[in-house]
Amino acid sequence: MTITTAPGAVRAADRPGTSPPAQARRTSLGRTVRDQLTGHAFLIGAVLCFAVFSWYPMVRGVVMSFQRTRRGETTWVGWDNYLRILDDPSFWTAWQNTFYFTGLALVLGYAVPFFVAILLNEFRHARGYLRILVYLPVMLPPASALFLFKFYAYDPSDAGLFNAILKAFGLPTSQWMQSPEMTMPAMVIASTWMNMGSAVLIYLAALQNIPGELYEAAELDGAGIWRRIMHVTIPQTRLILALLAMLQIVATMQLFIEPLILANGAGAEDSATSVAYLIYQHGFFQNDLNGAAALGVIMLVVLAGFSAVYLRLTARQD
Amino acid sequence: MAPDTGTRTLISQAQLRRGRGRAAYWTLLAVVVVGFTLVFLGPLYWMVTGALKSGQEIAQTPPSLFPQDPQWQNYADAWHNLALAKLLFNTFYYATGAVLFQLVFDTAAAYALSKLRPVLGNVILGMMLATLMIPAMVLIVPQYVTVIDLPILHINLLDSPFAIWLPLVANAFNIFLLKRFFDSIPEDLMAAALMDGATPLRTLWSIVLPMSRPILGVVSIFAVTAVWKDFLWPKLVMPSPETRTVSVGIYAFAGGTPMNVVIAASVIAAIPTVVIFLVFQRNIMSGLTTGGLKG
Repeated sequence: MTITTAPGAVRAADRPGTSPPAQARRTSLGRTVRDQLTGHAFLIGAVLCFAVFSWYPMVRGVVMSFQRTRRGETTWVGWDNYLRILDDPSFWTAWQNTFYFTGLALVLGYAVPFFVAILLNEFRHARGYLRILVYLPVMLPPASALFLFKFYAYDPSDAGLFNAILKAFGLPTSQWMQSPEMTMPAMVIASTWMNMGSAVLIYLAALQNIPGELYEAAELDGAGIWRRIMHVTIPQTRLILALLAMLQIVATMQLFIEPLILANGAGAEDSATSVAYLIYQHGFFQNDLNGAAALGVIMLVVLAGFSAVYLRLTARQD
Repeated sequence: MAPDTGTRTLISQAQLRRGRGRAAYWTLLAVVVVGFTLVFLGPLYWMVTGALKSGQEIAQTPPSLFPQDPQWQNYADAWHNLALAKLLFNTFYYATGAVLFQLVFDTAAAYALSKLRPVLGNVILGMMLATLMIPAMVLIVPQYVTVIDLPILHINLLDSPFAIWLPLVANAFNIFLLKRFFDSIPEDLMAAALMDGATPLRTLWSIVLPMSRPILGVVSIFAVTAVWKDFLWPKLVMPSPETRTVSVGIYAFAGGTPMNVVIAASVIAAIPTVVIFLVFQRNIMSGLTTGGLKG
């Protein structure tokens, strides 16, 4: 609005023989101020919420990580909180577990939705039904879905759903969450089942934007289905593939509710402890909000590292 | 055979229509439909019927496909022992408030950033979008500390619905989505309204909002499901049993409650979002795919 009124005022002042320019300038100045005020009045509610619940906590988190609050008194303690967090025997286990989960989730939760989307995109029937099915688990409250997995699917006795299926096929049954080796794969399966729907739908939208001529041309050149996927589908969707990979890494690094509900937190032999769970433990059970803030900053730095790598990789491709 | 959609995909229509391709297509389709039904609907069936089994039946091997003697009592126990009516009401209340707060503040902000464009508007937008890069877990501790002692006002928001409503307004994804939609509304329309002497508020109310119903619907649905699915934040800021959300309430009772009753409660807690999804699935899917990304 400022941009449209300002040139008008200048033109009125330049033109000879019109009404006194001073008055025109004053009203246009008044208008500009009023427009500005209106604009900011519309913004104020959201800006305040961002300031109090987003921007300020960001700064506060970093500040807190260098302070210690005891009995209402806050002092600067340098790197003490970081050293204490590094000393926690669960620290390295938590990072190992979190990376393991992120890696497994990339193999399973990243590749599977892409191929599911490619498959669904080929069908001319039952499209709506299949989409609803894939997205349905996304709409369940995670706590509900995880209790289903915990009590029914991962029941370590032969009465459990998964063990019953394994047994029906003559395969060895598993202890699931009771076994430290199976804890992570079991959490990845539950997490993928709950979350893959959104990725599938986003890929489907991307696949529909691929020009059909490209497939036509590739086929005329004698490319089979697999080569068409490799040379047409993947290059055409690589930006969205890269973006979703990044988003998924950020999401899975924050692994929290799966260990909390499926493994009661730490799980068998600490096999489920995640970094986010450790933040929760320190902050809300060990009365160590400052240590938890320091761990949060460490997590932020690690994720920022991933983002930097991602940006470099995608920048080079273009 | 197939309704020709006109778009060519990985495999050509012609190939699918001929003998061998046709057989392969139908076989694969049948396998996928049955497989997906088992994988995605199967667990839900297991959940709903499992909650109807008696404690003995759920422990038997091999598990029974249908409950032999449906124990409706499990659902009744879940409803009464966990005070689900109260928990559902709380969650519904938080979700409704979240929708209202987001619609009012985020729409106003997006409108200002898109059409009124005050000075520093782009800087503010940039700072808002930057918050999308910050993982929620990193902010959880300082956000909690902020909520228990608001800066300047020194108010404790624990157990107050504002502790859920206000942080949700700081949703850069919503503002981005709304702003992009408002950007597509022609400037001529706005100019015409201005010529008629309409104030910005009136223009927003009578021109912009009526045109934006689809996007407002998407934002509302996402707000409801976000509140319904959220767990850690409501667990932290709603510590009293009276103010809990349904997911947190079930979790709190899970330790001392029979397994089947917990599952029955989980089923009941999932009904509202599943119903919302089935009713609004078109809006949700279009919001998810055309509106950009939401992990």
